[in-house]
Amino acid sequence: MAAATQTSSEYIKHHLTNLTYGQHPDGTWGFAHSAAEAKEMGFMSIHVDSMAWSIGLGLIFLFLFRRAARHATAEVPGGLQNAVEIIVEFIEETVESIFNHKNALVAPLALTIFVWVFLMNLMDLVPVDWVPELAKLMGVHYMKIVPSTDPNITMSMALTVFALILYYSIKCKGAGGFLAELSLHPFPSKLLAPVNLVLECVTLVAKPLSLGLRLFGNLYAGEMIFVLIALMFSAGFVFALVGGLFQFVWAAFHLIVITLQAFVFAVLTVVYLAQAHEVDEH
Amino acid sequence: MNIGLTLFAQSLVFILFVAFCMKYVWPLLKAAMEERRQSIAQGLAAAEEAERKLGEAHSGAQEELANARAEAAQIIEQARQRGSQMIEEAKNEARAEGERLLESARMEVAQEVNRAKEGLRRQVAALALQGAERVLEERIDRGRHERMLEKLAAEL
Repeated sequence: MAAATQTSSEYIKHHLTNLTYGQHPDGTWGFAHSAAEAKEMGFMSIHVDSMAWSIGLGLIFLFLFRRAARHATAEVPGGLQNAVEIIVEFIEETVESIFNHKNALVAPLALTIFVWVFLMNLMDLVPVDWVPELAKLMGVHYMKIVPSTDPNITMSMALTVFALILYYSIKCKGAGGFLAELSLHPFPSKLLAPVNLVLECVTLVAKPLSLGLRLFGNLYAGEMIFVLIALMFSAGFVFALVGGLFQFVWAAFHLIVITLQAFVFAVLTVVYLAQAHEVDEH
Repeated sequence: MNIGLTLFAQSLVFILFVAFCMKYVWPLLKAAMEERRQSIAQGLAAAEEAERKLGEAHSGAQEELANARAEAAQIIEQARQRGSQMIEEAKNEARAEGERLLESARMEVAQEVNRAKEGLRRQVAALALQGAERVLEERIDRGRHERMLEKLAAEL
């Protein structure tokens, strides 16, 4: 619930501010005590909450899957192994249907992205006030628990994928081949090469941007709606009741969104990498 | 919402996680799943093989059974033939035996008749002799007239 002393806009702003550690304008390092202070830090800042939650969730993923992998036998599988194998098989089938080159990285990459992003998105279903209020009791003033509503997180993954796209493009096609592909599409004429280059570079850069911003946008909007619904809880009994209904409906709908977004991120990564591996005939 | 060092920190974490997954998670799971797939495929193949063998054994048994049945029918047929043959033989034998018996009885009867005839002849000769004695009122010397009497008897 919003504290009595907060206005609605303060409440919302509070929910959208990360716990930021960074360099103050005066050169000292420390936590930001307000959104404005965090903004002043500029680039030299790190979102401690996003990092902690994403690393924690990633470790849960790796711990569970590593456990299943270590105990994996060809015998009748147990519950955890079964669940893990279903996910692995699903990812494997998806990758195989899109990506038909030899590459040991792509499938584990898709698996990591899918499960990790799903877990990060899943935090969106935790009622928006629970963890921040708990953190406040422990003296921490800002706490965003959904890492995928932080563009830093989504863009860092998208840019890493982008680096892989560039790496495999140059590795499979050669630097010249890659450049030729960029300059001879979509118009196959040497005269129009500069135009092609501009168009293709836009296409290329659009890949990580769309990848990262799609996830961020979906989850940020979802989070925002949860925050707005949470505002209704402090606006009287009838509003709280309607808000409860809204929260349930939105959470149910959001279940689809978070799974879909995790899947889309993984699949698009595989698609982009498949494109990077494709060697053109001309 | 600021873009900051988080970008690099998270990239590093992402790379580490993917590397861990690629090295310590994915291959192990894949290996176990592949192994299970193969053992299931082997099991299915073995089951199919066993079924095929069962079918073979079944048809073999059926063949054996048919053979046995044919043999039994043959044996029964032989026995029946042998039986009827034996009955035929016994009938023939009995008929021959009957005929033989009949023949011997007939011969015996003929002998008996002959013997009776002989006896009668003798008696007639004796009676004739007695009658002659009476007629002649004197004893006829048997020894002297024996030949004559014999002749007479043979004539009767």
